[in-house]
Parts: sequence; C-alpha cells; structure tokens
Amino acid sequence: MANSTPLHVVTGKGGTGKTTVAAALALALAGEGRNVLLCEVEGRQGISQLFDVPPLPYEERRIATSDSGGHVYALAVDAEAALLEYLQMYYRLGRAGRALDRFGVIDFATTIAPGVRDVLLTGKIYEAARRRKGDKSSPFVYDAIVLDAPPTGRITRFLGVNDDVAGLAKMGPIKTQSESIMTMMRGPQTAVHLVTVLEEMPVQETLDGIAELTSEQIPVGHVVVNLVRPNLLSESTVAALQSKKLTAAAVGPVLDQVGLPATAAEMLVADGFGHIARQDLQDEQLQIIAGCGQPKVELPLLSENIDIGALQELATLLAPLVGDIK
Amino acid sequence: MSSKPITEPKDRRPHTERRVTNGSGVGPFDADTLLSDRSTQIIVCCGSGGVGKTTTAAALALRAAEQGRTVCVLTIDPARRLAQSMGLVELDNTPRPVRGIDTSAGGSLDAMMLDMKTTFDEVVEAHASPEKAAEILANPFYVALSSSFAGTQEYMAMEKLGQLHGEGRWDLIIVDTPPSRSALDFLDAPERLSSLLDGKFIKLLLAPARGPARLLTAGFGLVTAALNKILGARVLTDMQTFIAAFDTLFGGFRQRAEATFALLQDRGTAFLVVAVPEPAAMREAAYFVERLAADDMPLSAVVVNRVHDQNAAAMSAVDAESAAGRLAGGTKVQQQTGELLAVHAERMKLADRENYLRQRFVAAHKNVQVVPVPALDTDVHDLDALRKIGGFLSSPEREPRAKS
Repeated sequence: MANSTPLHVVTGKGGTGKTTVAAALALALAGEGRNVLLCEVEGRQGISQLFDVPPLPYEERRIATSDSGGHVYALAVDAEAALLEYLQMYYRLGRAGRALDRFGVIDFATTIAPGVRDVLLTGKIYEAARRRKGDKSSPFVYDAIVLDAPPTGRITRFLGVNDDVAGLAKMGPIKTQSESIMTMMRGPQTAVHLVTVLEEMPVQETLDGIAELTSEQIPVGHVVVNLVRPNLLSESTVAALQSKKLTAAAVGPVLDQVGLPATAAEMLVADGFGHIARQDLQDEQLQIIAGCGQPKVELPLLSENIDIGALQELATLLAPLVGDIK
Repeated sequence: MSSKPITEPKDRRPHTERRVTNGSGVGPFDADTLLSDRSTQIIVCCGSGGVGKTTTAAALALRAAEQGRTVCVLTIDPARRLAQSMGLVELDNTPRPVRGIDTSAGGSLDAMMLDMKTTFDEVVEAHASPEKAAEILANPFYVALSSSFAGTQEYMAMEKLGQLHGEGRWDLIIVDTPPSRSALDFLDAPERLSSLLDGKFIKLLLAPARGPARLLTAGFGLVTAALNKILGARVLTDMQTFIAAFDTLFGGFRQRAEATFALLQDRGTAFLVVAVPEPAAMREAAYFVERLAADDMPLSAVVVNRVHDQNAAAMSAVDAESAAGRLAGGTKVQQQTGELLAVHAERMKLADRENYLRQRFVAAHKNVQVVPVPALDTDVHDLDALRKIGGFLSSPEREPRAKS
C-alpha cells in the first residue's frame, strides 16, 4: 500500500494558465464521493479568484462540487503559518514556538534562511498527502492532491529543495523528513504536469523543465497544451489565399451581397494570412512537443471568461492526466 | 506569503519636478520622449511572469541605443529570454555588446544576464579579506544561499544595478525584474535586508561569537535548544559561523541596498509596469501600480503587450458571424469569404474582451498612462522584431490596427 495519496503537481511558464489547469484537474479527479485538495503556494490567491470565493485562509475549505459529485477543497499554504504549525505538530513547541516568533526567527526562517520557505511549503503538502482518516491502515483523508506549483523555471529547485536541505543538515529530524519528502516526490504517487502555450519560449521552457525533472528523477506526467486556437480555414481557402486566387477583389462583392462594406475585404484577407501564420506557428510548436516523448493533451482557448462551467469543460479534457498515477 | 505592511521609505522625497511622461493629462505616453530625455538614467520594467517584460526592456534598450544613447540592458530572468530575443547564444555576468545594431547615431548597446552566484561571490571577494572570503565561500550556508534560493536573486539584482550605475559607463540602464511575486521582492530587498540585520535573532546568533554572554537570556536558551532539536547541532554552528563571517559584509550590503533604493526613487528613474490583457496579469499590474505609488517610485506608464486590436470599429464580431452564417453553403468564394469572416469574428471577440479589461483598468487608474502594444503574428526573437515593438511604444509609429 502506498505511503501517500496521489500528488499531481501542475507547473508552467507564467501566463500559460497553470492555475486554471490545476483547478480543472482537481475537478477531474473529484469523481463520485472523492475528496481532492487543491493547494497554492505562491500567495497569489489565484484559486479563490478563479472559483469566485473570498480569499483563502491557511485552512482547508470546500470550494466546489464536481459534476460527478466529488468535492474540491482548497488551501493557500503560507510558509509562516506552516512553520508554527509544524513546530507545534512535531515538537509540541508551544512556548518555544512563540519565543521563536518573538525573536524574529519565524520571519528570518521564512524570508531569508536558505530554502526554508520552500521546505515548509513542500512539507505541508507532504503532511496533507500522508494524512489518514484514522490509524495507519485507514484510507487517506484526500483521494488526491493537486498542487498549483511555482513556474517551470523554478519547479525542479522547488520540488528538490529538500535534497539541498538534507545535504545541509547532516543529521537530526530535518534531515530525516527532507529525505522522506524527496522519496515521495520521486515516487510513483507523484506526477508533474507542465502547462504550455504554443509559442516558442514557453515550449522551450517546457522541454528544459522536462529534462531537469527527469535528471532529478522526479516523475513527469502530461504536457498540457493550453489556449489552443482552432483552425478556422479549410485547406482550399488556405490554398486560394496563398495562390492569390482569393483576393480583396474577389471577397469585396461577396461582402456587398450580405450587406457588409466591401472596403473591409482587404482587412479580411489580411486576417486570413494572419490566421495562417499563427496556425503554422502552432503546428510547428506542436511538432516540437510531440518530439519530447511525453503524452500531451490540448485545451482550447475559451472565448468567454473562465468560470466554474468552463472549468468543468476543461476537466473533461484533462481526464487522461488522472491515469498518470495508478 | 504573509502580507507585510508596506513600509514607508525613511527619507521620503516628494517629486517636485516630474517629467512630462509621468503623471496624467499630458498626452499619450511616448517612449521616445522618455528615451531622449538625458536625465532618464534607469528604466525598470516590472510585472508578473510571462507578460513580455524582457521583450519590452530589450526593445526600449535597442531603440535608445539606435537613437544615440549608451545603453546597458540587465536581465534577471533565469530563462535566458533576453539572450534569445536578442539573438545571442550566451549571456554571462558581464555586459557584452549586442551586434547588428545601427550605431550611426553614436549610441551603443550592451546586454547582460544576472548570474546571482557570481555576483554574490564577487561582492564577498571585494569586501572581505582573502582569508575571510575563503571561509565564507566554503560555508555550506553561503553556498546554498548564493546559488539556489529564492530571494537572493532580488538582492543581487539590486547590487548589480547599483554596480552598473556606479561604473558610469552607460548613460541609460534598463532593468528587467524577476518574474511574478518576487518582482515585489525587488523593491523589498533593501528594507528586508535592513530589518533582518536589525533583527534580534541575528544579534543573538552573533552574540556567542562576540563573547560576552549577557544576551544569552533564558528566552534565547530556549530558542537555541529548539533549533538544535530541529536542525541538528551542526546546522546551528554552521549558521553562526556564516553569520559571524558575514557580519562585516552586512553593513556594506545594507548601505548599498539603501543607496539603490534611493536611486530608484530618484527623478532619473522611470518604472514601466508590463502586463498582457488577461484578468490575472491586469490584476497584478494594478497591484504594482499601487505598490509603486506607495513607495514613491516614479511610474511612467503601464505597457499592455500582445493586444489583439486597438481599433475594433472596423466590423463587429456579431456582424461578421451572422454574415458568415448566411454565406455557408453558398458558392466557393462565398464559403471562403464566410471562413474569413469567422476568422475576423474570432479576432473581434478576443479584442472586445481585451478592450473591456483595459477599459476597466483605465477607469480604476485614471492617472496612469496605458500603452497598448499589438501582438505580432510570430514570436519576437530578433532585432527587427524588437525594433517593431520599440516603434509601437513610441506614439508616432503606433499602428492603427493590429494583426491577430
């Protein structure tokens, strides 16, 4: 039996929509009667904004019910609160914990001391992933955890921070726990999904991210290609534009027939060429992603703002990610 | 992240003289006015991740250089995006000349990417005796702090900016800040460093190294006992050695960080907040704008990158879509025109949503200039594309209409 519940880590370059994907994945995982915890660690309150609920405190609370009747809980992990909780939980340092705070240790530890912030954040995830309903043989409190993680450029360092700490602390409980966290991060119960859009730099960062994670032996799940814009032009239209058969002179009279200004014809032809260029760019990037050997899913660019309905729609498309952790 | 109260700068100097590009009601923002003003010495581009800060910084730097200024562009982003967009293969911690620029106006352009570990090492080596420097560089805490951990980047960015400015080789330095939340740390770095150094904890950690044990109160005993229990005794010793060794350096760090902070508030500095027309990025931009105002930092404009249309009047999405519907099933040219109308409708819908977001932002920040930069059909990764972006940032060349 596994030591921890499945952990889906969602990363991506800034602006690729990783919070949206993490939220939709949480809904996808929340099958009938299942409880899923969705965590954020960057203090952006992206989850509460997405689900249109008040800012999340450092507390697990239910924020949504999925189509199939499962529940999504959300938690904004805060490093300082996590440290105090940690001290209380593992060392029963009630008084000393407060003394630490008074001496500015908490502030020191969470703002500047090497890596402590990331250790606390990953430590909290570790705690939630191992939490059980009762004794050691009882089921986990959460059926899955989704982590809206730091961006691709920082993800390997973030997930691997406990390796550094295990190296710094030569002995003692911190070392032991750091090693256990790394075992979980590298184990079969973890999958890191990378969100990208079809542009050169995000795709390049995704490939770099996969290489880094792989070399740290952290399991990679899916590449989620987000904001894919549909192809609206048929092959014959593309050919007609490129061979200059479909010109403003040909389009103008048609516009006239439907009561639109024929003067807009040139703009429409230019729009057509812009569309072709963009689709070519998308196809080129899709090819590169296909070459990385990782499974991928595509999510369309939705023209309306993201609400819970849109998230459910994306959740359906994200179903293949659920199977990344058996 | 905890929400710390915004600390007011100690020496708050009101801006008595503002450039025309600051403030409101003085016509649209024009990058050329800002770049040609010789009193502009530093431009800081900040904003959340993935909004094109590096591109904006590089485009402005290139434009300024080609207009005759001696420019250095400093990028702090680990993704080497600037290198890519400037066609450079490798950027190291030293400013390197960018090839292929037009130097006929007498300007030049150097580019560098911050290597935080090297910058940190250099600071240590420059300010400590060789023996002490060796001791610090070998300390495991120093190695961790200087190479891999969040926060260090911002301190070193401030340090490097101060260094470049101090060298006096350039008359304009353009900085790209670290992405996302940590961009705020860029502003917080000096304040945090100061408060850390004034912190009781550091004093207590230093106390044993300094000898007299009068600071070793019962409380501190409890603290060290707790830390030893958690971290293991060796860690605390390493930390104490590190801090003791670093003590002499801290003062200098703090002084320079405070000097850089003052430099950022100076009239010679201009801030550009960069965003894209998406809800999350615009929210972050609003946060930056408010934060800069609170710290008395001179904001020039908000640059909104990747705007799909600035002139949505041409033909509405509804008109295009309904006409496309009527043309389906017609002759070949009618069907093809229908498809083009569908493409146009998609572009207009996106443009409408973006316009709405921008208008909301403008309504909430009436005194802030908002500069739209059209999305290009292809990625920006060469000097020509950067020149084009630079043109969009200068109002005379702003194109009436963007491509999708």
